[in-house]
Amino acid sequence: MLDGILIGLGTAFSLSNLLMVIGGCLIGTFIGMLPGLGPMSIISIMIPVAISIGDPSAALILLAGVYYGAIFGGSTSSILINAPGVASTVATSFDGYPLARQGKAGKALTVAAISSFCGGTIGAVLLMIFAPALASVALLFHSAEYFALMVVGLSAIAAFAGTGQVVKALLMTVLGLIMATVGEGALFNMPRFTMGIMDLQSGFGFITLAMAMFALPEALYLVLDPSRSASEGGSSEIKDLRITRAEAKSIAPVIGRQSIQGFLIGVLPGAGATIASFLGYAVERNIAPKDEQKEFGKGSIKGLAAPESANNAACTGSFVPLLTLGIPGSGTTAILLGALIALNVSPGPRLMVDEPEIFWAVIISMYVGNLVLLILNLPLIPYIAKVLAVPRNYLIPFIFFFTLMGAYIGQNNATELLILVGLGICATVLRFADYPLAPLLIGFILGSMLEDNFSRSMQLYDGLGFLMERPMTIGLLGLAAILVILPSYRARRARLRQAGVADGD
Amino acid sequence: MALDRWIALVILMISLAYGYTAFFTMDEGLPPFMKFNAIWPSTFPKGLSVLAVICALIILLSPQKSDAGPKTGDIDYRRLLDYKLGQAVALLAMMAIYALALRPVGFLIATVGFLVISAMILGERKLHILIPIAVLAAGVVWYLVQGVLGIYLRPLPLFLGNGV
Repeated sequence: MLDGILIGLGTAFSLSNLLMVIGGCLIGTFIGMLPGLGPMSIISIMIPVAISIGDPSAALILLAGVYYGAIFGGSTSSILINAPGVASTVATSFDGYPLARQGKAGKALTVAAISSFCGGTIGAVLLMIFAPALASVALLFHSAEYFALMVVGLSAIAAFAGTGQVVKALLMTVLGLIMATVGEGALFNMPRFTMGIMDLQSGFGFITLAMAMFALPEALYLVLDPSRSASEGGSSEIKDLRITRAEAKSIAPVIGRQSIQGFLIGVLPGAGATIASFLGYAVERNIAPKDEQKEFGKGSIKGLAAPESANNAACTGSFVPLLTLGIPGSGTTAILLGALIALNVSPGPRLMVDEPEIFWAVIISMYVGNLVLLILNLPLIPYIAKVLAVPRNYLIPFIFFFTLMGAYIGQNNATELLILVGLGICATVLRFADYPLAPLLIGFILGSMLEDNFSRSMQLYDGLGFLMERPMTIGLLGLAAILVILPSYRARRARLRQAGVADGD
Repeated sequence: MALDRWIALVILMISLAYGYTAFFTMDEGLPPFMKFNAIWPSTFPKGLSVLAVICALIILLSPQKSDAGPKTGDIDYRRLLDYKLGQAVALLAMMAIYALALRPVGFLIATVGFLVISAMILGERKLHILIPIAVLAAGVVWYLVQGVLGIYLRPLPLFLGNGV
């Protein structure tokens, strides 16, 4: 591990990679602050830039910086104008905004920055401990286990992403897998489902799909509902960023607990930073003394520290399945996985063995990213917050323009822009009807790997024999079935109980 | 019928067409030696089509109340006309026009046109500020894409030369 850390330090502390971290954090903070643009949209927009860099370590360091920055930026807009830039900072606004309204915006931003820093750093330490261990276990996996593991990942994502609507999430996952089969697959080398359209010969573009699923609907929502735009509110005066020793002492255990809890939630597929932040807030509220409980929602610094540490730790945690198993645990890490594949890097247990400089550089750059956010962004916040004053009439056309440019740069094909618009309209309609879109993208990204592993197992065992001959495979597939059936069953029971017909009522 | 069920119906149709291709037409062109393999190009799609049909049918036929309304902060599609629907449609049309115009008109003119008209659709009237910002942004992005990223973007229309 020590060798790996040294390699990582060497790569992460090269001048160009340091600039990547700093640049990524700043860009992420700026854009993440704009309400309506989540980390998935921001990373989608940044991917063509990252891919054009060519160096996978630098690209991943840049994208990880953007990810952290976006979460940090989202907290700032949550606190200052009660408009969370990203879903995972909604819980931040519960106490952050009341604090800002009491004239304590500076204090709230400091608590958020310190909690984020500690959450991210503790998460990175845990990642450093857990990831190599998990990767060494995963090295024992064969294609059959990989296939089963991916099915588990997809089922878990469907089960978590579609809380109460597992079938919808499952349908979206299958739709993503179906979209992945369009085009010329590597395994059979023959076009499938292209309907004779030349532009579909190479399949749907991952960047185009990511933009269409996340950036475009968000931008359209900003157009449809002007109240979602930033220009509505005015940022309050930001002064006095200090916190007292007593305040630091009171939030320290909260940060410790929530960093660990957030990390563990982040590791689970499907349960990302959003769930971690809400759960962190709820847990801290429940275990707080009675008199402190009343403060939650009215400007409690504990209520602010809890979701902030949890969401950053969860972001780091979500890198564990990505780096060690090659399975994205969230929509954002799915986009990062797509970027890695585009850079000819295969995340998974072999990544640590074959390309340790990438693996460790990403982990080390997470420390650096957290430090950059703390040192650089905190004093700059009053200036960065000016971005909230960009008028909607200018902001929205630029979001659309960057979305278009992202897809164009990714494919260098104007037809791709028409596909983007078409898919973007479909994605917006799907969101209207509350169909989760992250499972679709994850299904699309994992689709070809899932089929490759399935096909390889079928060829090796001349049929479905691998299901019977490899107990771990059947065990994992059983787990996948439980993950899908259990939430549906519980939701059904809850509905029936509500209707008063369950349990013999 | 609620929107989510209409969507499930559309996906069901797509899945049936996909399944029909996988089950009946896809393997026709398969070379004879491949037919001895345990896995065919249609094997995986067949499984997916069955899964998709089952999921779509569950949503379509489920007795549960699926139209529970939007979550806080989301758009309620049943009150779509209360929102700025015209602006959204106009901007989508602008995106399509931009896509079609990018090559023949050139990046700079198409981009400046897109940014200025889109902002005007949203209600911006200060052209003396808007146009310089759009020109500056188009120029900077063109330089970054072409100069830094090395991706060719024709800046001007063809009749004005390659412009590089």
